[in-house]
Amino acid sequence: MSELSPSPARTLLSDQAMIQMEGIHKWYGAFHVLKDINLTVRKGERIVVCGPSGSGKSTTIRCINRLEEYQRGRIVVDGQELSNDVKQIERIRREVGMVFQHFNLFPHLTVLENCVLAPIWVRKLPRKQAEDIAMQYLERVKIPEQAGKYPGQLSGGQQQRVAIARSLCMNPKIMLFDEPTSALDPEMIKEVLDTMVALAEDGMTMICVTHEMGFAKTVAHRVIFMDGGEIIEQNPPEEFFTNPQSDRTKLFLSQILHH
Amino acid sequence: MAEIRVSRPGSQPPSNTVGTFGWLRRNLFSSPLNAALTILALYLLYSALPPLLRWAFLDATWSGDDREACATNGGACWAFIRVHFDQFMYGFYPSDQRWRVNATVLLLIFGAAPLFVRTVPNKIKIRLGLGLLAIYPIFAFALLTGGAIGLPAVDTSQWGGLLLTLVIAGVGMTAALPLGVLLALGRRSQMPAIQTLCVTFIEFWRGVPLITVLFMSSVMLPLFLPAGTNFDKLLRALIGVTLFQAAYMAEVVRGGLQAIPKGQTEAAAALGLGYWKTMGLIVLPQALKLVIPGIVNTLIALFKDTSLVLIIGLFDLMNIVHNATTNPEWLGFSTEGYVFAAIVYWLFCFGMSRYSQHLEKRLHTGHKR
Ligand SMILES: Nc1ncnc2c1ncn2[C@@H]1O[C@H](COP(=O)(O)OP(=O)(O)OP(=O)(O)O)[C@@H](O)[C@H]1O
Ligand SMILES: [Mg+2]
Repeated sequence: MSELSPSPARTLLSDQAMIQMEGIHKWYGAFHVLKDINLTVRKGERIVVCGPSGSGKSTTIRCINRLEEYQRGRIVVDGQELSNDVKQIERIRREVGMVFQHFNLFPHLTVLENCVLAPIWVRKLPRKQAEDIAMQYLERVKIPEQAGKYPGQLSGGQQQRVAIARSLCMNPKIMLFDEPTSALDPEMIKEVLDTMVALAEDGMTMICVTHEMGFAKTVAHRVIFMDGGEIIEQNPPEEFFTNPQSDRTKLFLSQILHH
Repeated sequence: MAEIRVSRPGSQPPSNTVGTFGWLRRNLFSSPLNAALTILALYLLYSALPPLLRWAFLDATWSGDDREACATNGGACWAFIRVHFDQFMYGFYPSDQRWRVNATVLLLIFGAAPLFVRTVPNKIKIRLGLGLLAIYPIFAFALLTGGAIGLPAVDTSQWGGLLLTLVIAGVGMTAALPLGVLLALGRRSQMPAIQTLCVTFIEFWRGVPLITVLFMSSVMLPLFLPAGTNFDKLLRALIGVTLFQAAYMAEVVRGGLQAIPKGQTEAAAALGLGYWKTMGLIVLPQALKLVIPGIVNTLIALFKDTSLVLIIGLFDLMNIVHNATTNPEWLGFSTEGYVFAAIVYWLFCFGMSRYSQHLEKRLHTGHKR
């Protein structure tokens, strides 16, 4: 497992809830994907979600910015409740950054254009200001020199860092990561994880679906284990890794730690 | 560490794979069948080309004012084209008003020129393009029809020749593309009403031949309109051609839309972009670029299909050439006429095809993942 930078301090969290998911149920046709998901994420809290393939991890975090609909339950993000109102959804999405497994950069735009697009068209920032902000974030993810290139000219790790910078340019309050490193070659995983650790150090509220247990140990306040569309177990990492409660968690951990 | 590379004789490519000889060998004589086909092709060229050249150039008559001039040489009678040239270009547009047509064309050329200059920033190009799209048609219409600002009125029934062909093609292209894009988006819409509407529209227009559309527009449309409404014949043709090609365009564009991975719209949505911004900034630029060949194919088809308006009695390039060949004073020169028409159509279509190839290369940011 890749060696990570020292752990960001797990300071006391405020009581303010950033995300509240209450009794979320979702069906694909007759298939019950999410079964009564309840989750409260506090401001500055970092959560790692893990679980076997098909357990509903992606679906869960994609409900938070309404990339997926759900049939029952309610979600409140930063005090605003998700509804069917398109404007309301867009308002919430502005505050929630998302990083995808396959980066999903816009291939027809340069790195810089990728980063300034949403600030200009959604936040209505002047181009100059948006570019300054973008360069600042590209520096933070350590690729300012690639600003003029197209995504296709970058390595996977670089692309994922651009994707992170692109999200940060919107100055979101929450960042969602859906297996950000699982499409990457091993030597690129570290550079992306380091970027995420740095983000954690700044106190960003994060939910991260990942199987990088080293990352979970150093960064997460809480690790959530999902299986079959349910949250089976959630605990601080020390507890979660040393003393798993359910058999399914034990099985999963033994598989993931010993391969 | 450095390894010194010495070029050895053995590292040269064998002589029979390079140079002219190598090229011939590789491309024309790589196998017995290939060699036989090459020889057959050469023979066909040998037997067809000299007579053609003799007819078109050596024995051709280039000048003269009547058919007598062409009686002696036996080759092509290009004098026929020369005499009718203005008619082929302008139709029955009054001679003393033809400067208006020239002015309209020149204006477009100069107005649109910056769009094709590489050094002009994209932002200006987009503004200019949209501006032209909004203003130019009104201006061109006013200038060509006249009847105001001191210009004598010229009825659209007097328009003809290449002018008419270009008007129909130009209007058809500029209207069919955006309409096609909207139809394609509508067909993929989540809203059932819009989707049904678009599917019905597309399938209706794709299911009927253009000739039928044109016939219907001249025969049936008046039945639905209040009696006495004079619905311009040209306008009817324009609407028919546009809607017909828009349906095809929609399917081409839809192909492009389908090729864009779902991740692109998801990423845009996650950034807070709405539907129209996602389509306009993310999906369409990629989708349209992908289907440039298909779009140009449709535009070329549209250009050539304009010749069908002869069916409703409009004198486009094709019809006016056809008309000239039936002129009793110039009987017997239909070959020259149709060859001329074919060359003009070909020049325009080939131009479009080349431009699209150039565009494709320029827009290639490639390296897709
Ligand atoms: N569009 C869909 N239609 C039907 N079923 C779907 C759809 N998308 C996902 N599913 C199913 O929903 C379940 C949960 O999917 P999800 O992508 O959330 O899993 P995951 O935990 O993220 O898995 P992975 O680790 O493989 O990414 C899976 O069983 C999947 O087959
Ligand atoms: Mg997943």
